[in-house]
Amino acid sequence: MKTVYFDNNATTKVAEEVLEEIRPLFCELYGNPSSMHTFGGQIGRRIRQAREQVADLLGCDPSEIVFTGCGTESDNTAIKGALAAAPNRRTVITTRVEHPAVLAVCRELENHGYTVIELNVDRQGRLDMAELEEQLDDDTVLVTIMYANNETGVVFPIENIAELVTSKGAIFHTDAVQAVGKIPLNLSKSNIDLLSLSGHKLHAPKGVGVLYVRKGTRLSPFMLGGHQEAGRRAGTENVPGIVGLGKACELAAENLEAENSKVKALRDKLEKKILQKCPDCRINGDPDNRLPNTTNISFEYIEGEAILLMLDKYGICASSGSACTSGSLEPSHVLRAMGVPFTAAHGSIRFSLSRYNTEEEVDYTIEKLPPIINQLRELSPFVMK
Amino acid sequence: MWEYTEKLKDHFFNPRNVGEVENPDGIGEVGSLACGDALKLTFKLDKKGKIAEAKFKTFGCASAIGTSSVLTEMIKGLTLDEAAKLTNKDIADYLGGLPEQKMHCSVMGREALEAAIENYQGGGKKKHELGGTVVCTCFGVTDKEIERVVIENDLTTVEEVTNYCKAGGGCGGCQGEIEKIIEKIQGDKVKEVSVPAPRRTGKLTNIQKIQLIQQTINEQIRPALRAHGGNIELIDVEGDKVIVAFRGMCAQCKLTEFTMKDVVEAKLREFVSKELFVEEDKESAQEPHNHRE
Repeated sequence: MKTVYFDNNATTKVAEEVLEEIRPLFCELYGNPSSMHTFGGQIGRRIRQAREQVADLLGCDPSEIVFTGCGTESDNTAIKGALAAAPNRRTVITTRVEHPAVLAVCRELENHGYTVIELNVDRQGRLDMAELEEQLDDDTVLVTIMYANNETGVVFPIENIAELVTSKGAIFHTDAVQAVGKIPLNLSKSNIDLLSLSGHKLHAPKGVGVLYVRKGTRLSPFMLGGHQEAGRRAGTENVPGIVGLGKACELAAENLEAENSKVKALRDKLEKKILQKCPDCRINGDPDNRLPNTTNISFEYIEGEAILLMLDKYGICASSGSACTSGSLEPSHVLRAMGVPFTAAHGSIRFSLSRYNTEEEVDYTIEKLPPIINQLRELSPFVMK
Repeated sequence: MWEYTEKLKDHFFNPRNVGEVENPDGIGEVGSLACGDALKLTFKLDKKGKIAEAKFKTFGCASAIGTSSVLTEMIKGLTLDEAAKLTNKDIADYLGGLPEQKMHCSVMGREALEAAIENYQGGGKKKHELGGTVVCTCFGVTDKEIERVVIENDLTTVEEVTNYCKAGGGCGGCQGEIEKIIEKIQGDKVKEVSVPAPRRTGKLTNIQKIQLIQQTINEQIRPALRAHGGNIELIDVEGDKVIVAFRGMCAQCKLTEFTMKDVVEAKLREFVSKELFVEEDKESAQEPHNHRE
């Protein structure tokens, strides 16, 4: 059975071109870039090249790129490192819909005497800029707000937010793990101080991330014990990961616009047809400000894990914000923050596409999904005939 | 991904006895949309008083659906006395086991069966009521229900209780109470006490006292307030006076005084020192803060 992979916000396929690029780095060119000999030292050049490729995609200077172990490490470093470098201010502002890599870190800060303000979102998942402005004061040390939401794909007006936050003297960090490679960025023209990204969300291998640190931003390192990354992240470089991420960024930069319009067309077709064929479903998230690849649909009165397992039987991979899939007992914190009613939150399914998806796969899913929804609704005590 | 047995998968993909029995002798409805799963069980008896027909409708995950389907098969042909003896463990065993976090599905099955039998015995009028007082407000679980899953499944930790009946799986504010129920039933079997209860003997230094107050607020008080959209901040400690500010929903809540006296002070006295008393910092509470709805 063929796999139809619609879970690209969870992770993505490593691009063939990326694999080719890093293949020699395991058994032939395995040296340590810190070594004095040519065999190791020559690897430093590959890392420099990768740094340039990432900087090109982000529109920044290569010296502003710090390679890390993953997106979560980038988020942790950004938040804890920024606070450590500015110990006199004690308020952090974030949102209720952040990824746990940010939200859990912020909530932990409360145990260390910080005041943490979590901004609300409306029913469409949008922020209220006036609320942010009202909360900003001279005690605010850091504002950390995601670029695009992993569950709904909702994109926040990050450039405006960055301008507002930095004008008040606070540091601005954004978790852009879902945005990089899907939305064009130009950090040289923006007020973002810190930005996190993750390799495996844009067709690079797992185990590599980046923290962009704007020149002049004060940051205490998170990992100590080596001079790597100019002392900002100690530890021997994950050379294949870094080189692979460089190549993946180059590929993303080359075709960003063309690929995303193709992906968007597929997503729109999938979404439109599902809404046509299945009664009682709704889109979660602001349709006007959304990633081109993501749709989050709630099927009322049925439960997400059951839908996923039935899709799985046909080889279709998606994900859900239901309680049962998370291993916890509560549905997605993002949907709850948006005020999505329980009837719909438990039955939410996220489809996230990539450039490797085809129209055939979309058609196949449109054919298989509606009978699954009907079958589960026949089982549901909340659906009256 | 969950590890489901082949039997469960079979009952999920090919559920038996779906629907509602016409003119049923007993109806049992448990769970709700908010909780994430719900089951409606209906049955009809034959002339000998045995269950002749049983059907179900379930909202929930694969294991909830599979468990319900299996339940209808298991009870067919049983007298009501026999059916009443079924435990959640019997249902789980029949399936060849359930993942630990999904054990509550088997408990839901047993509860629906009980509700349906009660409904029959009450002449179709009596509404199923759960005995005891509510311990877990997030999922509406009573002490009686917790006691029952602890006894029937020989549970010894709060985490297990959450897996079996959801209690303690929301805000976590009732976990201390669940622990007491477990201790009461299991006695010596409970070896390790997981919640730190570090009431110190002897006099605390000022620094130790302040740290312990902060720790108690972080671990014992804040999680419960947060679950209801609120928060608390430690402002200062002057001798035995602890000054705190309530944030978010707590700041606007008319029950603030009640919350403060009942929860914060009691917890601080339990974990830090009996002499402590709490005062609210009104000035800082005026400013709107966290979690405004």
